[in-house]
Amino acid sequence: MLKKYFDYENNYEKLQDKIKELKKLSEQLDYNLDGEIEKLERQMENIRHSKYRNLSPWEKVLLSRHPERPVVREYIDFLLDDFIEFHGDRLYGDDKAVIAGVGSFEGHALTVLAHQKGKGTNEKIAHHFGMPHPEGYRKVERLLLQSEKFKRPVLNLIDTPGAFPGVGAEERGQASSIARVLMTLSDLKVPVISIVTGEGGSGGALALGVCDRLFMLANSVFSVISAEACASIIFKETEKTQEMAAALKLTAQDLFELGIADGIIPEPVGGAHLDFDATALNIAECIRKNLQELTTVDMNRLLTERYNKIRSIGQYTESISNF
Amino acid sequence: MFENVLGKKKYIPLTPSSKADPSALSGNQKTCPVCIRLKSGQQSFAAERVCPACKYHFPMSAWERIDHLTDPQSFEELDKDLVSINILDFPGYDEKLKAAAKNSGLKEAIICGKAMIGGYQTILAVMDSSFMMGSMGSVVGEKVCRAAEKAMELRIPLIIITASGGARMQEGMISLMQMAKTSAVLKKFHQSGLLYISILTNPTTGGVSASFASLADIIIAEPGALVGFTGPRVIAQTMGQKLPAGFQCSEFLLEHGQADLIAERSELKHILQCILKLYQGGSHA
Repeated sequence: MLKKYFDYENNYEKLQDKIKELKKLSEQLDYNLDGEIEKLERQMENIRHSKYRNLSPWEKVLLSRHPERPVVREYIDFLLDDFIEFHGDRLYGDDKAVIAGVGSFEGHALTVLAHQKGKGTNEKIAHHFGMPHPEGYRKVERLLLQSEKFKRPVLNLIDTPGAFPGVGAEERGQASSIARVLMTLSDLKVPVISIVTGEGGSGGALALGVCDRLFMLANSVFSVISAEACASIIFKETEKTQEMAAALKLTAQDLFELGIADGIIPEPVGGAHLDFDATALNIAECIRKNLQELTTVDMNRLLTERYNKIRSIGQYTESISNF
Repeated sequence: MFENVLGKKKYIPLTPSSKADPSALSGNQKTCPVCIRLKSGQQSFAAERVCPACKYHFPMSAWERIDHLTDPQSFEELDKDLVSINILDFPGYDEKLKAAAKNSGLKEAIICGKAMIGGYQTILAVMDSSFMMGSMGSVVGEKVCRAAEKAMELRIPLIIITASGGARMQEGMISLMQMAKTSAVLKKFHQSGLLYISILTNPTTGGVSASFASLADIIIAEPGALVGFTGPRVIAQTMGQKLPAGFQCSEFLLEHGQADLIAERSELKHILQCILKLYQGGSHA
């Protein structure tokens, strides 16, 4: 069976408890073990660092879905002052899988559009695990056009397994609602920054990923299909999931090399959930720098560069094929 | 032991479209595999691949569609030498491409060209699901974009006939980004004031339905085609939901306001001709 948590995560916790016990014991017995304890702690950190530097793509997938991983709402609360959430698509309803609103980032008004997964079972269910319905995408489209009207830059935060797979979603036009957002974003006359904070799942994630600059947190992933589904389609078995996670080239590092991601935002050792503030500060630095650059670019140039970037994605040959 | 890791439920009963084996419809076939009735109108069965008794629309290859819709000898293929490469070194992709080319006789899942339809000049792109389920990788994305760009250059309408299971996973994120790429080009296309008609055939799902297939001025669906974003099997499995009858077929689409009209194959050319006439050749700008 595939594990949701890392074994070594638990092992570290156990080791840490042992060290604590040792500390306590040394106090109780009035026996100085400080040197040994320090050595042990250093050793443990070293193992941890080297492990996290070499995570496999599948381990990164797991980390990107870690139950403790910060959700977009936490980043929004940290990054923006006076954030006001806006609801509804004005057509059918409000989708809780998408947070949309306006807030102030270091004095600059930003529109924020984000997938909200929620934490804990109740919250997750309420937010549909971050899987938007067409209402969510239409809310996004509505606020994108509003951003354009008020010349307000857009920040997209991506964290979703994908668009919601359901009867209602299909009845209300899941496909066209996503397509319309893709088209709207391709030519939106304001700077757009997208950041993958956790899981970027397929078309449902891509709807927030058409932008001037796409960044990914170091342990986030972005994929055309989940590794599990890919393994089950190609091999009819899920044993190959880890292999497929590697083959799909879905990690931030892979996508930076492929030129899909424009940059990687560092995370603390062990993942964003171990030091939320440090992660959020790294995100803030990224937004600050890029917002500054993008807002000074002439709008025509910005749109041309965005278009050219999207238009040039793809590799093929044009010679007469051998087969 | 890995049989049921994903909690797969039993597969749901499939619509006739998937039950019928397209290869079953050979020239000598005496009965329609869907309605099991004797076919009466031999001619219509062969030329349009529609059962005269139950009106079931059998899969049609891209070339058959081109022959069926365009004025004789008017089709000039564009970008015909574009072929896929294994960008990510994805295991088994090279073999799959070879097998698909061999079995379908095509170089990729789409054929594009300049064509006359009822005397009107158009750019016509036709997908073929016999090439890797019509999945969209770099080549399909690029050919759709080039088709739209050619139509803009010549100031003539664009017609795309879709048949696709979605993005081609063997090209990873690069295939997903083709959704963004085709949508971006179509934004420019619409700004240029030209007409774009998409014709949805069985199946049109995933990344193709959530990009260029849904972005047309006029969306026409073939009867009984499966059209949607998430496939019915995945919805049934993930949600444990029983699917309503006729879910995601063209008629469902029409009822829920997702398509402009349903056109039977026999009337499609006439309808296109009427639209092209009403839209003044599709280049009224």
